[in-house]
Amino acid sequence: MDDIAANLEPHIPGLRRYAWALLRDREAADDLVQDCLEHALAGWHMRRRDGNPKAWLFTILRNLHISELRRRARRGTRVEVEEADSAEAFQEADPERRLIFRDCLSALDTLSEEQKSILLLVGVEDLSYAEMAKALDIPIGTVMSRLSRARERFRQAMETGAAPRLRRVK
Amino acid sequence: MSGPPPMGEDDLNAFIDGRLSSERHALVARFLDEHPELAKRVEADIAAQTALRDSLLFKATEPIPARLRVANLAATRRSAPRYRLQIAAAAALLLMFGGVVGWFAHARLAAPLTAADTPLAAEAMRAHRVFVVETVHPVEVAAAQEAHLVQWLSRRLNHPLKAPDLSAQGFHLMGGRLLPANAGAAAQLMYQNDAGARLTIYLRADGDKETAFQFVQGQNASAFTWTEDGFGYAIAAQADRAQLLRIAESVYQQNKGSGEPKRPPPT
Repeated sequence: MDDIAANLEPHIPGLRRYAWALLRDREAADDLVQDCLEHALAGWHMRRRDGNPKAWLFTILRNLHISELRRRARRGTRVEVEEADSAEAFQEADPERRLIFRDCLSALDTLSEEQKSILLLVGVEDLSYAEMAKALDIPIGTVMSRLSRARERFRQAMETGAAPRLRRVK
Repeated sequence: MSGPPPMGEDDLNAFIDGRLSSERHALVARFLDEHPELAKRVEADIAAQTALRDSLLFKATEPIPARLRVANLAATRRSAPRYRLQIAAAAALLLMFGGVVGWFAHARLAAPLTAADTPLAAEAMRAHRVFVVETVHPVEVAAAQEAHLVQWLSRRLNHPLKAPDLSAQGFHLMGGRLLPANAGAAAQLMYQNDAGARLTIYLRADGDKETAFQFVQGQNASAFTWTEDGFGYAIAAQADRAQLLRIAESVYQQNKGSGEPKRPPPT
C-alpha cells in the first residue's frame, strides 16, 4: 500500500487542478478526484506496467468526467457554475491578476470538453503528446491538429476577452 | 543528406510547450523571425498558456484534503458507502453536532474542568508539553511519510486512524509518534501553523466509554477531549476555547466523515 501511495500521491495536486478547471467547484472537483483514486486503487493491478501512472490517472479522471456529463445530458440537468466559488478560490489581491484569472476561465469555457482537456493536460499538466494520444485514443498527428485548434480558439477568446458571463457545464 | 525536415504544426506546438531539442528550437525560432505574422500568433499562444498555468497554479499548491489521502481511501475502500452519502451524513451530523457542542460549551462555562477530572486530557497535555518544545525531533515519523505514519499508528493502536486536514484552520501536519499509555499505546499527531504555533492530537483506546466534548484548562495548555466508540481523542494546544473548539469540531467531523453518523451522548 505504501508503494501504491508513493506512486499515486504525487499526482493528486495535478488531478485536483485538472478536475477543478473542468468543474470550478471545490467539492465537486474533489469528489471527482476521489472517484478517480478509488477507481485507480481498484484497478491498480490491471494498469499497464509501463512505469509512470500519470497518464493513466488523468485518463480515468477524464473518463469519469465524461460519463458524468453524459448522465447529466440524459437527465437534462444543467448545473450553473458558481461564479463566487471561482472568484473566491483564487486568493489573489492584485486586481490585474484577478482579471487574467477570470479571462482564462471564461476563455476555457468557450472550448469543447475535448479541447479543454487537451489544452489542460498538455499545457498545464505536461502530459507528453504520446501520452495524450493514448489518453484520447487517437493518433499523435490528430493530437497535434486538435491541440492547434484548441490553442487558436483559446487565444482568440483571450484576445477578445468578450466571453459570456453566464455559462453552464456542458 | 538533405537539410532538416520542414517546419510543421508539431514543431510549433512543441515550441510553445518548450519540448524541442535546442537545435530544433533554434531552427524554429529562426523560422519565426522570418514570419512575423506567425511569430505574433505563437507569442500570443505562449502568453495565453502561461496565463492559464499561473491562474491554475493555486489549486496544485493547496494541501491535499485528508479524504483524498491514499491510505484513507484504501482503509475505507472495502466497506465504504458512496461518498455522496457520506457527505450528506457528515453535513447532517455537523448540524446536530453544533447544537451538542454549543449546549455543552455553555453548560461547562460556569465551572471549567481541570486536568484531574479527566485522565485523557491530563495525558494529552503532558505529552503536548513534552514534545511541542522539541525542535530537533518533534515527531518520530514526519508528515512527508504520512501514509506510512497513519498505517503504522493504526496498526499499533489497533484502530483505523487518519490524520485530519487542519489547513482550513491554518495548521499543517508535522508528523506523529507512538507513546506509552496506561492500557497500551497512544498516538500523538503534531501540527504547526505558519506562526510556529503547535497543536497536538492525542489518541488512545478509552474503555467502552462514550463521552461528549469536554474542555479542560491546564497550566500551559488547554484541551478538548471526547470519547467515541471506546476511542479517546484529545486536542491540546496553547489556544483559547473558541479557537480550540473550531479545531476540535473539524477533527470530529473528519473522523466521522467516513463512518456512521452518531451523536455523542451527553454524560
